[in-house]
Amino acid sequence: MSIQTLKSLAEALAQKKTSSRELVTDYLAKIDAQNPRINAFITVDRDGALAAADAADAAIAAGSAGPLAGLPIAHKDLFCTEGVLTTCGSKILANFVSPYDANVVSQLKAAGCVSLGKTNMDEFAMGSTNESSAWGPVKNPWNLDRVPGGSSGGSAAAVAAGMVPAATGTDTGGSIRQPAGLCGVTGIKPTYGVVSRYGMIAYASSLDQGGPIAHTAEDCALLLNHMAGFDKRDSTSLERATEDYTRDLNQPLAGLKIGLPKEYFGEGLANDVRAAIEQALAELRKLGAVTVEVSLPNTHLAIPAYYVIAPAEASSNLSRFDGVRYGHRASEYKDLAEMYAKSRSEGFGAEVKRRILVGTYVLSHGYYDAYYIKAQQLRRLIAQDFQQALTQCDVIAGPVAPTAAWGIGQMADDPVQMYLADIYTIAVNLAGLPGLSTPAGFSGDKMPVGLQLIGNYFGEARLLNIAHQLQQTTDWHLRQPA
Amino acid sequence: MSLSLKQVDRIARLAHIELSPTEAEATQAKLNGIFGLIEAMQAVDTTGVTPMSHPQDLIQRLRADTVTETNRREAYQAVAPEAEKGLYLVPKVIE
Repeated sequence: MSIQTLKSLAEALAQKKTSSRELVTDYLAKIDAQNPRINAFITVDRDGALAAADAADAAIAAGSAGPLAGLPIAHKDLFCTEGVLTTCGSKILANFVSPYDANVVSQLKAAGCVSLGKTNMDEFAMGSTNESSAWGPVKNPWNLDRVPGGSSGGSAAAVAAGMVPAATGTDTGGSIRQPAGLCGVTGIKPTYGVVSRYGMIAYASSLDQGGPIAHTAEDCALLLNHMAGFDKRDSTSLERATEDYTRDLNQPLAGLKIGLPKEYFGEGLANDVRAAIEQALAELRKLGAVTVEVSLPNTHLAIPAYYVIAPAEASSNLSRFDGVRYGHRASEYKDLAEMYAKSRSEGFGAEVKRRILVGTYVLSHGYYDAYYIKAQQLRRLIAQDFQQALTQCDVIAGPVAPTAAWGIGQMADDPVQMYLADIYTIAVNLAGLPGLSTPAGFSGDKMPVGLQLIGNYFGEARLLNIAHQLQQTTDWHLRQPA
Repeated sequence: MSLSLKQVDRIARLAHIELSPTEAEATQAKLNGIFGLIEAMQAVDTTGVTPMSHPQDLIQRLRADTVTETNRREAYQAVAPEAEKGLYLVPKVIE
């Protein structure tokens, strides 16, 4: 069976070849069949999905349907969903049924999308492998012994395995692009401030950004149209005119100038990944693009700066989990301080605790300037690198990750080694730029490889255009795991 | 730099996280690995570089000082571990 895109399903619905109820029933059956092997879903909202599908079918019949009416999607379990369990991959929220919808969730609902449930993720989005989820690791559908990437690994694996045609994700240091790359699907992290963070459980607020994961760039554009937009409830949401992200999909690539940062093709890049990326770049050249070498000289500082800024913001954001207003409360304690400490210690996993401790330290008296301010200064240097490079090219391209998916457990005990695997994605978050991952062939051991495209601020439509054109002449995004 | 066990305990206390002595030791080793990675920052001279907190250097928006939220206390307190008569219950703090 071939992949199903939102676009093709929307056409089938418009032509009355199927109903939303039929689609949703079909996908729920796929989830039933696949999820025990892959563990991509934490919650399947069967009743909610069928009710929403019936409502969509009624709206379609009445001619009052939204633009994405009846199309099944899933949400990363970091988006608050009213009346549906929202755990953020953590035991501390194991019983949290959100009393409200995230902005992304309410916008996609208003467009007519039907949510099938909530996808698995690294706890509080802190991880690159999905191994830190309190609900167990997600398996890569291409090889069940491998990680799917993270932190939106459940969303990427669910799409790759055909359990849902598209899903939402969030990206703080690569959490949409890297799992999309490792699972052979398409994902885009928009410019910081384009998608509202309201109702997205915060990890590192100055870096967090929501975005879509789907098989095709076209589907990502369709979803992004209903995820983006100004929201006064997010203090860093940007006030801009709404955009149609599909508008440039069919633009030719003739004359496109692609910058290849020499730092992204140096030591540490696996040979099979390099070969796959070269092959994808060759396809883009056939379509009329030219490539030039550029430099991002501060690339090596991105990981150190990120592991100050992100834990610092996380330690502050996660102070809200104290067992008072929501989430887990310890059963035994002798006073308030012990209630806080026990609730948090029982509820948080090891990686989350580590990042809270790092953040607490770098923000503590006497260290703030040496760490947090220093990291924010490096952040500016990193952002300036991109601006300098983008004077020489229209977009930047390179690998998403230095290797294809690695084995489950392989890096589980070595956080630093895992952090280093995010070398090509983290700088994009620090700079706040849009980044996309599109399938670019396979590694030596037949695992998907992702090509990363990085644009200037608000360059989402251009990135989607390039990926869409590449997807018109290649079939990597159409391949499916056995 | 490297953190002593005493410093790890102090940070854990500040963060309201309990670590058993065994956990503290394992954590110390991992944190020191992470700080080893972070230390690379210090080699760069950043004199005169303005810290960047938002990619668009956005200024915080202001809004009118008016009530915009509706009262949804019951819905919010329905997910609380312990609430009664509109109040969140916690152990007694003041004798």
